[in-house]
Amino acid sequence: MRDSLLPDPSPRGLARAIGAMFAHASVSSELAANGHSSQIGNLRSDGPLVLRKSNPKGPEPLTHRDPGVARVMLAAGTAGPLGGDGYRFDVHVGAGSTMVLTEASALLLLPGISGARSRFAINITVEAGATLVWWAEPIIAAQHCNHHHEVRISLAPSARMILREEMILGRHGETPGDFTSRLRITRDGAPLYDQQLEFGPKAAGFDGAAVLGAARATGSVIAVDPAWQDAPPQAQPYHPQAVLTPLAGPGVAIAAVAPDSLELRNLLTQGLQYLGPPWAI
Amino acid sequence: MGQVDLGRQAALLLLADGRLPAGGYAHSGGLEPAVIAGRVRNMADLEAFLTGRAQTAGLVAAAFAAAACARASRDDLAALPELEAEFDARIPSPELRKVSRDLGRQLQRAMGSIHPHRYFSALGRAPHQPLVMGVAASVLGLGPQDAALAILHDNNAGAAAAAKLMRVDPFEVHAILARATGPLDDLARRAAETADADPADLPAPSAPLADIAAEHHRRADARLFAS
Repeated sequence: MRDSLLPDPSPRGLARAIGAMFAHASVSSELAANGHSSQIGNLRSDGPLVLRKSNPKGPEPLTHRDPGVARVMLAAGTAGPLGGDGYRFDVHVGAGSTMVLTEASALLLLPGISGARSRFAINITVEAGATLVWWAEPIIAAQHCNHHHEVRISLAPSARMILREEMILGRHGETPGDFTSRLRITRDGAPLYDQQLEFGPKAAGFDGAAVLGAARATGSVIAVDPAWQDAPPQAQPYHPQAVLTPLAGPGVAIAAVAPDSLELRNLLTQGLQYLGPPWAI
Repeated sequence: MGQVDLGRQAALLLLADGRLPAGGYAHSGGLEPAVIAGRVRNMADLEAFLTGRAQTAGLVAAAFAAAACARASRDDLAALPELEAEFDARIPSPELRKVSRDLGRQLQRAMGSIHPHRYFSALGRAPHQPLVMGVAASVLGLGPQDAALAILHDNNAGAAAAAKLMRVDPFEVHAILARATGPLDDLARRAAETADADPADLPAPSAPLADIAAEHHRRADARLFAS
């Protein structure tokens, strides 16, 4: 029964890869009885997806050092995902609550012995008046990996959100495997941001000057705030390899490409400063 | 579905012709920004740029042109605003959203004059170019795959701008375009396959460097092309 909820690792109904691992974790936050602080409701770890209540680990946008927010950290219980694995992670930010979701380490995508694809599906709901800060660590696509990453976020009209995503094209000195991702954000059911990324041996032209060029790292910060409905931040091409752009709705995308993960992190953090407080860190 | 009706091939050529007075000549399809940024220096760079662009922004435009064509062909213009919103969500750069709407408005005006049809005025004031292309293809009796191919060709033909931007042999530029014909046909077929899909499921591949370069280009002091 539970398997039917998981991303199907074999779309053509083929046998599961040998040793494939399936995991389904979830977390939710809710407003506490006092009406202003937030608390964790449900917290379910599963195998490689280990969830722990946490304390501030480093600077966070929006909620820096705020003791009243619900903090959760995602840690890796095992290596991977490896080819053939299927992970699912559900996040529910209840009405009026604030959740800060951080990660303990990078996610290293590794090939499986059969060449099968690994999948990671993340579904997030942010209810009315709620705020989600998801400060993720990089996703590293190791050589010969074969992975699909899918993040779907559904926001209430009055919800706020900021997330960071970083993709690294291979470990040190290696070329990346096949990686595809999709990040789709809807607000009140309408599309606000929908972008796929594809790189690796099967992605024609990804290393050309329109997509990633010679970059080994790419990422973005997406922020959504209903207060920007009437006055969105101005576009800001603040670096030859980075730009801050207002979306067609009350949101902002900061995008950067870089030679390595450190430069990428620096560029994204620099872009955040243009949003000013409380978004900057 | 989507096969070229042998009786309509001339219509497809008309729609895809760079001399159609729809303003395409003022744009390099992101090539000038990439040349200025120093990312396209030679023929190999140019070919990789065009390949990557066709697979990303090209496929998105093709999928939306095909989807708009399929809807216009069944007289379902009420579905177009949803396509507009989905297309907006796939273009983070406000400059590229504006370019798409500018080109859409010009194509709408050209086609509305060349081949008047009530659909063109029903598109609104500044519709996105792929949606106008889809509707125009439908009005000319063409199918979703034709609409996809027309916009892929239109976007790719901007490469001819290379002759004005770089020290190149124009024959070599067209050799690249000739090699791209097979992949463009494949992309048009893929776009046609999703013509009737839920708009939320249409392809959304991103082109980060093209987005970044477009925003820098808007602020450039000296430029030959609008985009």
